[in-house]
Amino acid sequence: MDLRNIWQLGLKELRGLLRDPVMLVLIVYSFTLSIYSSSKAMPDALSNAAISIVDEDRSHLSGRIFDAFYPPYFVAPNRITTSEMDRRMNAGLDTFALDIPPDFERDVLAGKVPAIQLNVDATRMSQAFTGNSYIQQIVTSEVSEYVAHYRAADSLQVGLTLRARYNQNLDPVWFGAINNVVQAIMMLSIVLTGAALIREKEHGTIEHLLVMPVTAGEIMLSKVWSMGLVVLVASGLSIAFVVQGLLAVPILGSVALFMAGAVLMLFAMTALGIFLATVAGSMPQFGLLMMLVMLPLQVLSGGMTPRESMPEPIQDIMLLAPTTHFIMLSQSILFRGAGFSVVWPQFAALAMIGIVLFRLALERFRKFLQ
Amino acid sequence: MSDPVASVSGLVLRHGAVTALDNVTLDVPSGIMVGLIGPDGVGKSSLLSLLSGAREIREGSVTVLGGDMADRTHRSRVCPRIAYMPQGLGRNLYPTLSVFENLDFFGRLFGQAAAERERRIADLLAATGMSAFRDRPAAKLSGGMKQKLGLCCALIHDPDFLILDEPTTGVDPLSRRQFWDLIATIRASRPAMSVIVATAYMEEAAGFDWLVAMNAGAVLATGAPEELLARTGAGTLDDAFIALLPEEVRAGHTRVTIPPRPASAEVAIEAEHLTMRFGDFTAVDDVSFRIEKGEIFGFLGSNGCGKTTTMKMLTGLLPPTEGRAKLFGQEVDPTDMAVRRRVGFMSQAFSLYGELTCRQNLELHARLFRIAPEEIPARVGEMIARFGLEEEADTLPAALPLGIRQRLSLAVAMIHGPEVLILDEPTSGVDPVARDGFWQILGELSRQDGVTIFVSTHFMNEAMLCDRISLMHAGRVLVSDTARAITAAKGAATLEDAFVACLGEAMGERAADAAPTPAPATAPEPVPDVPAQRVSRFSLRRLLSYSRLESLQLRRDPIRLTMALIGSVLLMFVIGYGINMDVEDLNFAVLDRDQTGTSRDYVLDIAGSRYFVERPPLTDYDDMDVRMRNGELSLAIEIPPGFAEDIAHGRDVAVGAWIDGANPTRANTVVGYVQGIHAAWLTRKARALYGDAAVQGNFDLVTRYRYNPDIKSIVAIVPAVMPLLLLIIPAMLTTLSVAREKELGSITNFYVTPVTRLEFLLGKQLPYVVLGMLNFGLLTAMSVLLFGVPFHGSPLTLTLAAFLYVLATTAMGLLVSVFISSQVAALFATALFTIIPGAQYSGLVDPVSALGGIGRMIGEVYPTTWFIVAARGTFSKGLGFGDLTQAMLMLTVAVPVVIGLAAVFLRKQER
Repeated sequence: MDLRNIWQLGLKELRGLLRDPVMLVLIVYSFTLSIYSSSKAMPDALSNAAISIVDEDRSHLSGRIFDAFYPPYFVAPNRITTSEMDRRMNAGLDTFALDIPPDFERDVLAGKVPAIQLNVDATRMSQAFTGNSYIQQIVTSEVSEYVAHYRAADSLQVGLTLRARYNQNLDPVWFGAINNVVQAIMMLSIVLTGAALIREKEHGTIEHLLVMPVTAGEIMLSKVWSMGLVVLVASGLSIAFVVQGLLAVPILGSVALFMAGAVLMLFAMTALGIFLATVAGSMPQFGLLMMLVMLPLQVLSGGMTPRESMPEPIQDIMLLAPTTHFIMLSQSILFRGAGFSVVWPQFAALAMIGIVLFRLALERFRKFLQ
Repeated sequence: MSDPVASVSGLVLRHGAVTALDNVTLDVPSGIMVGLIGPDGVGKSSLLSLLSGAREIREGSVTVLGGDMADRTHRSRVCPRIAYMPQGLGRNLYPTLSVFENLDFFGRLFGQAAAERERRIADLLAATGMSAFRDRPAAKLSGGMKQKLGLCCALIHDPDFLILDEPTTGVDPLSRRQFWDLIATIRASRPAMSVIVATAYMEEAAGFDWLVAMNAGAVLATGAPEELLARTGAGTLDDAFIALLPEEVRAGHTRVTIPPRPASAEVAIEAEHLTMRFGDFTAVDDVSFRIEKGEIFGFLGSNGCGKTTTMKMLTGLLPPTEGRAKLFGQEVDPTDMAVRRRVGFMSQAFSLYGELTCRQNLELHARLFRIAPEEIPARVGEMIARFGLEEEADTLPAALPLGIRQRLSLAVAMIHGPEVLILDEPTSGVDPVARDGFWQILGELSRQDGVTIFVSTHFMNEAMLCDRISLMHAGRVLVSDTARAITAAKGAATLEDAFVACLGEAMGERAADAAPTPAPATAPEPVPDVPAQRVSRFSLRRLLSYSRLESLQLRRDPIRLTMALIGSVLLMFVIGYGINMDVEDLNFAVLDRDQTGTSRDYVLDIAGSRYFVERPPLTDYDDMDVRMRNGELSLAIEIPPGFAEDIAHGRDVAVGAWIDGANPTRANTVVGYVQGIHAAWLTRKARALYGDAAVQGNFDLVTRYRYNPDIKSIVAIVPAVMPLLLLIIPAMLTTLSVAREKELGSITNFYVTPVTRLEFLLGKQLPYVVLGMLNFGLLTAMSVLLFGVPFHGSPLTLTLAAFLYVLATTAMGLLVSVFISSQVAALFATALFTIIPGAQYSGLVDPVSALGGIGRMIGEVYPTTWFIVAARGTFSKGLGFGDLTQAMLMLTVAVPVVIGLAAVFLRKQER
């Protein structure tokens, strides 16, 4: 293992990348525009939920309820008829349909406890629950206020003080932005190294390297460090200028610590990229293989769905993936301001996985060269 | 002379800063064999591709077969009369397809019916002696056979104008001779056919009727070979060409002279019974030789005869199956870095880094070979001077002519001053001046520096320069001696004749079979007057020929096929279980400062719900900080001191709840749960304290969770994941199918055949639509059977929607491919343009109506959005066609729009 060779070959990779405008544009795109637009598109827990109201009462109270729904949580409700309701929900136009029965106001004031029906499109899981509880609160407070003019009741005075930590307003852009950076790191580290290796193979330059006094390990490490560095720099800039700058996401923890974690992650992921490139013979096969590996990593690492919500076996299997640990540590560091004393287990796990992946990749790479 | 078959005037072509053609004006006479001679990179290939219509004309005019080639209608009218065989071994062929299938594909493109194709292919194969190899994949043919097949493909439609770009470069002498015999036979049967050939072999050019000598993008001279010889007073065309060159280019050129070699006792390279087997194929069979120090040892043989494999064993790249390779008496050990420093290797193809300049390539290799950093600039400078690279030092190799690139390769191989040089066909495709210069350098290296040179070549005049030569065929060395001795032993006039004789003997019977049988049956038949026949605007046969091609290639690539099929199933499994909205088993802990029955009762309500799991209690705020920070707790509850007492006395009291807001979606769910549990506890307490009346509300809100009454995440997610998978995989496959043709060069077939843009795109798309529908079937079965998602709606409607959707997604792949020429970029771009919009903007998780900004805009028109509506509608909502008209409409509109855009932007010519 000779550091000078690794350095020289790595510089060569960087020069090569510099002359590949398409790749450069794509790197820039995925660390800027892509992150910006998909973070901006992240909706609030409940935003612009489509609601329609069937008002069969047409009373003062039902009018108050109707007026209580407005943006940004809900779109301004449509006043529809019972017959329209099913059609609209079927077509996916409404997520919620509230049906206020005839004589609702009269029955409420008479203490008859009438029923209001709320139809929820439960195939839209992300809005169904939250929306239901918002609607419940809105209707309750409208009715209570209205009724309060007429009669008072005993009640138990136990409050609930809810405080969200780390992201007080539960602004989804924060979460989305960081998550998108993590995803971009993941994708580019695999793509850049894997593609660099396959390109050398297809152009015959790898053979040329082999007659020179360099070893397989040196060739591999040179790709790992150079492509890793590119992704690291790009992600650092992206956090500084896009995430903290443009998107104004406050970062609680130490960016330096996060970058240190990213180094470990890149080590593991670039090794994975090389591994995949040796398994796939050609570029199209590499592409398909990458899809098969990358999508599960994206979906199951805890960036999209919290790990607790997945079946146990999947949670356990995913502990083998570097991305799982990286997402844990980046969320801890960037959102919760955790220090090394808190996230060291993730660092250790990442390092271990990286070493194992690197060894596996190196072994395959040696065979691949023969 | 009759009317010219083609004429160009004022033709200029630039690639970036490089001028490939500089104001060329030329009339190509018809009905004869025209040779285009000149160094590599002087614009021969550019000129031929412009004549064939494969390349767009920027400046100047090109008239072929009586019409302007800039005019699209003329091009489409004459393209069935032109045949173009681009440069490169088998470049217009499809390697996984058999000989017959390749020919059949071209036949279909030219609209021939099955019987006609069958007859023509049989004739062509008989004429070329390839009938025995009808079912062999093109990739497994030798170089000579590939070129013959390429020629057959070009001839399948009886062209009037045949354009061949260096058809014999890299082909062994015997195959070359057979190739030209074949052309002669065909011309004899079709005397009206005009042929224009670019060639690097001057011996071949001497046999042509009329020559065009080109240099630096301009025509030097035209005329019959004898005329050119007479005009220059030269003895050979090589010399004549050199004499025609402008003074400044010719300056410094001298005939190669290599002084005789002093005898040397030291053996530099030694091969003892070298054998290499790959499976049951013997690439190199018992090869032995000894090469003395300072000797130039030539290695001749056809492509694929084992030359390269032998060289790889000598350098230690390949460990031999049997036998030994020795350098300076030491056995070659692949792990020994010291040996590698004594050897310089130059491989067949230009294999330096195209992305580094010449100087950077030299510097990189100098460093890798451990030349002391302070010596590097001097050494690099020395190499640049010695190999005449001063002007090109800071340009990228890609922009340079092949001859210069080969000099650079040699400079790189020499950078560390090796004692042995192994050169694999260093001068293939290099012009005579450059080749002479190259050999002059080799001579100096051998005689002055005592470097041992092991070189393979196709050129006889180069073989003559070697001290000794070996002729290799099918893994065996046929003969090994000095050129003079070999010629004498065979009683031949020239070395080439001697070799042809050797090869003939070696091939024995087979050679007799392979000899072309004259008079192809196409001859006597009157060829229908092609010009009268208008090329149809749309032909299903041409479209289907591309579909056939694509599905054959896909079928021959089992990995790609299984990945495309199994891949989606695997991903469905992963995502179906992975994307989960059911928030359960969240960890929480309590800081209970009250420690009474009431406080414990409160906590029990939370711990008892299915949403929360209790962790050991919190001791203080610091504990809470740490445990929330490392993500252990999603929720922390603080119950104030005196909680029970305050309640009992009706005093206001508040429970504190801290929620991890890192993941806002989850935090919102937690907020909802906590509020719900808190309210339920309050009601229960109030009932206990004040009786039923106190807890009665003013109204009941009855929630009906429709379509998914159990509110199971799987029911919501699985039908929406199917659209995502039917987007990504089919789009990626179609993008790659086009980008691959562009990268490997077979896209030329699209440029020069009558196939239209729409036929090409639809033909490519069709197999992937079938594959997509197969995927759809699998995924639907999986959703119902494995995930247990109930299916309530109309299966027919879903199938129809899926069909429209797959049409749209495959078309999207094609649209991306139109703008992209490399496979890597194709992959990357498709991933970007599908995964993010598909997973985030299309209502998979968040409804499109809830999105904002660009995401919302993309989501509104993205086909995935509408297929998700259709999939959820049919799966969960029990809908039929009538209820989904909008979605169906959107999908139906998307298909022609996307394909239309792709067809508009796809270029039918190279730029």
